[in-house]
Amino acid sequence: MRVNLKVWRQPGPHARGEFKTYATPDLNPDMSFLEMLDVVNDELTLKGEEPIAFAHDCREGICGTCSLVINGKPHGPHRAVASCQTYVRSFKDGETITIEPFRAKPFPVIRDLVTDRTAFDRIMSVGGYVSVRTGAAPDANSIPISKIDSDRAMDAAQCIGCGACVAACKNASAMLFVSAKVGHLGLLPQGQPERYRRVLAMVNAMDDEGFGNCTVTGSCAAVCPKEINLDFITRMNRDYLVALVQEGVGRKGAKEGAGG
Amino acid sequence: MKLESKIPAGPLEQKWTKHLGSIRLVNPANKRKYEIIVVGAGLAGASAAASLAELGYKVKCVIYHDTGRRAHSVAAQGGINAAKNYQNDGDSVHRLFYDTIKGGDYRAREANVHRLAEVSVKIIDQCVAQGVPFAREYGGLLANRSFGGAQVSRTFYARGQTGQQLLLGAYSALIRMVGAGSVEMLAHEEMMDVVVINGQARGIICRNLLSGQVTRHSADAVVLATGGYGNVFNLSTYGRLSNCTAIWRAYKRGACFANPCFTQIHPTCIPVSGDYQSKLTLMSESLRNDGRIWVPKKGADAKRRPGDIAEEDRDYYLERMYPAYGNLAPRDISSRAAKKVCDEGRGVGESGLGVYLDFSDSIRRLGESAVRERYGNLFDIYREITNEDAYKAPMRIFPAVHYTMGGLWVDYNLMSSIPGLFVLGEANFSDHGANRLGASALMQGLADGYFVIPYTIGDYIAGIKPGSRPSTDAPEFVAAEAQVTGTVQRLLSVKGRQPVSHFHKRLGKILWDRCGMARNARGLEQGLREIPALREEFWANVNVPGDGGTLNQSLESAHRVADFLELGELLCRDALSRDESCGCHFREEHVDAEGECDRNDDDYAYVAAWEYAGEGKAPILNKEPLVYESAKMVKRNYK
Amino acid sequence: MKPLQLLFQSSIGKKMIMGATGAAMFLFVIGHLVGNLQVFLPKEHINAYAHLLHASEGLLWIIRLSLVGIVGLHVWSAVTLNAQNNSARPSTYGAGTGPFGASWASQYMFMTGLVIAAFVVYHLLHYTVQLSAINFAGKDFSTLTVVGGPQNGWKDVHQMLVIGFGSPIVSLFYLVAIGLLCIHLSHGASAMFQSLGIAEGAWRTRLEALAKCVSIGIFLGYASIPIAIFLRIVS
Repeated sequence: MRVNLKVWRQPGPHARGEFKTYATPDLNPDMSFLEMLDVVNDELTLKGEEPIAFAHDCREGICGTCSLVINGKPHGPHRAVASCQTYVRSFKDGETITIEPFRAKPFPVIRDLVTDRTAFDRIMSVGGYVSVRTGAAPDANSIPISKIDSDRAMDAAQCIGCGACVAACKNASAMLFVSAKVGHLGLLPQGQPERYRRVLAMVNAMDDEGFGNCTVTGSCAAVCPKEINLDFITRMNRDYLVALVQEGVGRKGAKEGAGG
Repeated sequence: MKLESKIPAGPLEQKWTKHLGSIRLVNPANKRKYEIIVVGAGLAGASAAASLAELGYKVKCVIYHDTGRRAHSVAAQGGINAAKNYQNDGDSVHRLFYDTIKGGDYRAREANVHRLAEVSVKIIDQCVAQGVPFAREYGGLLANRSFGGAQVSRTFYARGQTGQQLLLGAYSALIRMVGAGSVEMLAHEEMMDVVVINGQARGIICRNLLSGQVTRHSADAVVLATGGYGNVFNLSTYGRLSNCTAIWRAYKRGACFANPCFTQIHPTCIPVSGDYQSKLTLMSESLRNDGRIWVPKKGADAKRRPGDIAEEDRDYYLERMYPAYGNLAPRDISSRAAKKVCDEGRGVGESGLGVYLDFSDSIRRLGESAVRERYGNLFDIYREITNEDAYKAPMRIFPAVHYTMGGLWVDYNLMSSIPGLFVLGEANFSDHGANRLGASALMQGLADGYFVIPYTIGDYIAGIKPGSRPSTDAPEFVAAEAQVTGTVQRLLSVKGRQPVSHFHKRLGKILWDRCGMARNARGLEQGLREIPALREEFWANVNVPGDGGTLNQSLESAHRVADFLELGELLCRDALSRDESCGCHFREEHVDAEGECDRNDDDYAYVAAWEYAGEGKAPILNKEPLVYESAKMVKRNYK
Repeated sequence: MKPLQLLFQSSIGKKMIMGATGAAMFLFVIGHLVGNLQVFLPKEHINAYAHLLHASEGLLWIIRLSLVGIVGLHVWSAVTLNAQNNSARPSTYGAGTGPFGASWASQYMFMTGLVIAAFVVYHLLHYTVQLSAINFAGKDFSTLTVVGGPQNGWKDVHQMLVIGFGSPIVSLFYLVAIGLLCIHLSHGASAMFQSLGIAEGAWRTRLEALAKCVSIGIFLGYASIPIAIFLRIVS
């Protein structure tokens, strides 16, 4: 089968971008979407044109590097997968497929389909951790954790940090990402000492990056490759409220966090 | 070159403890005067960078990704071993040590492996404290599963995403130190060279992948944690960006490369479907806990639907050949067995290169929901890739390149043969011998990063005067930078007729055929002729479009493939010189009566550490003898 | 930062303000509806209810000003959040995008909110300020009083409604606005629980369903008044 690709080409961060259309050679339907781009890029190279830049690495849906918006949908037509887990068989022979980068002010385009998502790292650096030094840990079984809490923490911890939630949200909000991080640690006993400090600091950092706000549309969860759900946003809002109240009554930990 | 392994004296069980008590320390107030560069932020790199920063050193962490959380450790599925004996099934540090040594077919360094087993218990504690959500039982305590090559349940896991969760734990420790200002992250930077001054590693040269800018970074010590080189085979379970550039450039600066031919071929991957294929996907070894591997007894049945083949016409060959371990036989043995049955014409699927991994018995015994609970995400991955439902029909699997046990030679302190250059995790050679057991890679990466390097690097640093870091204007830096810039220009100026991928595919094919699951002298000699020819063709005919001043992914991969084209030759050379069969290294000339590896301890119980001798010259083989004080070298037996 | 500052400056804080003020207005909308449905009872009931509301002018003004404050905060948070949202996505998708299963209501909250706000202004001028120029009935509502009986001299609210909704244009605008309110609430009445950190798990689904039912109920309730007047069921 063959398809036409309408691809966003942008030579650099400050350059103007535009769509260009390319006809693919004959494709095997079992090819992955990224393998199709590899094939197209090899053809472009031989024709003397610059290949399409796109972010990728593990190609098995876990590293969170790939970040295509395919026909308007982050990570393509299927649920619960990353762009690299999209296959050519999901498209029709002769179809024109539009491929664009994730679009959000905090995710500037670097080139073509590659965007800069280091904003997530900056949010993480103010609180996305448990402050434990190497070597200072007690025995792993010294604190039992209910399987239910642990499983829920894992639901959140699965986040691959791809940013599809931001790309899909009409407000380019990063609430699902941040809430997954806050939720994962907030559900575990190890995360309790810094729980409220963390939520204040991370939300503050999120706002500083210029992400939009949550209007509870649910688009983020619908495109999330790991199907992280909106409940984590609810939890984060609740933690935030508690943190504000704690700070109001002058709990020290909360105060420090707010400075972050 | 004289290789000093610096293994401490004394009984095996006490070596590490005694060593810790005797190595030099660095004054806490002085630590901030030292700068350490850590290259890579996978399990080994992130844990090392975080731990070193916590100790007070100034740390620069160099990664080619945008963020540390993308390193390919993230893709490890099954689990991490630790001798916790939480299952009360008789596990112990000694047993983990012994299983690992035996699994590696007695080609690993005994003292390193014992240390690995000792610190394994602390890793689990550390990860749990960081908030890694390991699987738990209803009582709230940690759950375990079994893995290949062991008869105890010592593997800790987080669904099928253990690597991801451990990496996120290490990343969280790293990002905490970034937030604290103790670690400077250099993202989108590829390390292009090590700068050696007066015989010591004193810095690196990086190329920014977004701007093309080449920069010099000086340091008191350099730590490489850049992973394995399995992508030399082109098709592998590695991330597409994983490469050998950092360790290869270090090799060319004087670091010995040990046992390069020890490459692990993992038995349970999804088979190749076409020549466009860019990567192979692993199906976790944990599946072998509940899945049964079989092929039809008769080649004539190979093309029939699996459901139509009667039970008595199926050959559960692992259970038949290795009744004690059955489907949980070690990886090298399982892979070879799969190759054997496929060579006999009994392989399944379109290409005939596949065997069945069947869950129908488990589904009958445990129910579909229990199987879904354990392996749901793996079944989903399988369905996405193959468009087939493994709950209804068996999976088709085939071996694929998965890990490299070989790597830069390091001493007991994890220092390479260049003083001041340390190598951690998969990038070094030390712990897995000729075959790695499942769930041991994560263990080694974190052991090196959290619990070995923070101490052993001090022993080296203590010998360096604070503030003696060289200026980046030193002639060695200038020369190294010029060399990098020169290579970039050379690659860009060929403007030949083939894309980079063309050469990578051909190199992979040569290595898979000549230096893959089975090797022989004739094939390896052929490989040694084919690879240099291909390399010459590459430099004459590669086409790298664009320029060096912007994000140029073709140029990135051209650098990497150019290095693979050199490394591939060393792989074949090493495989040829090791004229025995051991672990993954199966020389067809050395097979015992039962078709298993015929190891030769008299002549080959050594680490082959290759030393670069210069452009166009044959590398020098240095041998570090493997002396076993505790474990007895016996024939591996999984029957 | 002080907690109040955070409440008014952070994204989540502003959403909490929006959710809390939304919840207050939601209660008001229900209360207002219950009061107004008395139009279906003999006219003395609704007139007595109106009389009761005016029993203490001071209290009434406190309530009115609180409502204005609540509406003000709701609008303020909506406007500032909306501006941030727009700036977070400066360039749009070439192939169009979304809403990936999100409800229509959730996509257009700001728009529906704007029309409802305009209607509320009109509605206040119409029945509270009683500006004759805009009631399309040519009548001064302030002059409508009950003549005779025990309620002699009281405001005749019943008659005001009948005359007010006698105008098809007014009724039509009213119906459109109520329709939009219903849409606005079908999302808002459940989203506010999320913003306040309440709706989780099964409760999310329940609250979403409840919000939709209640919004439709509110629509039917409010819409029944002009329709009944138009069909002369109430006169």
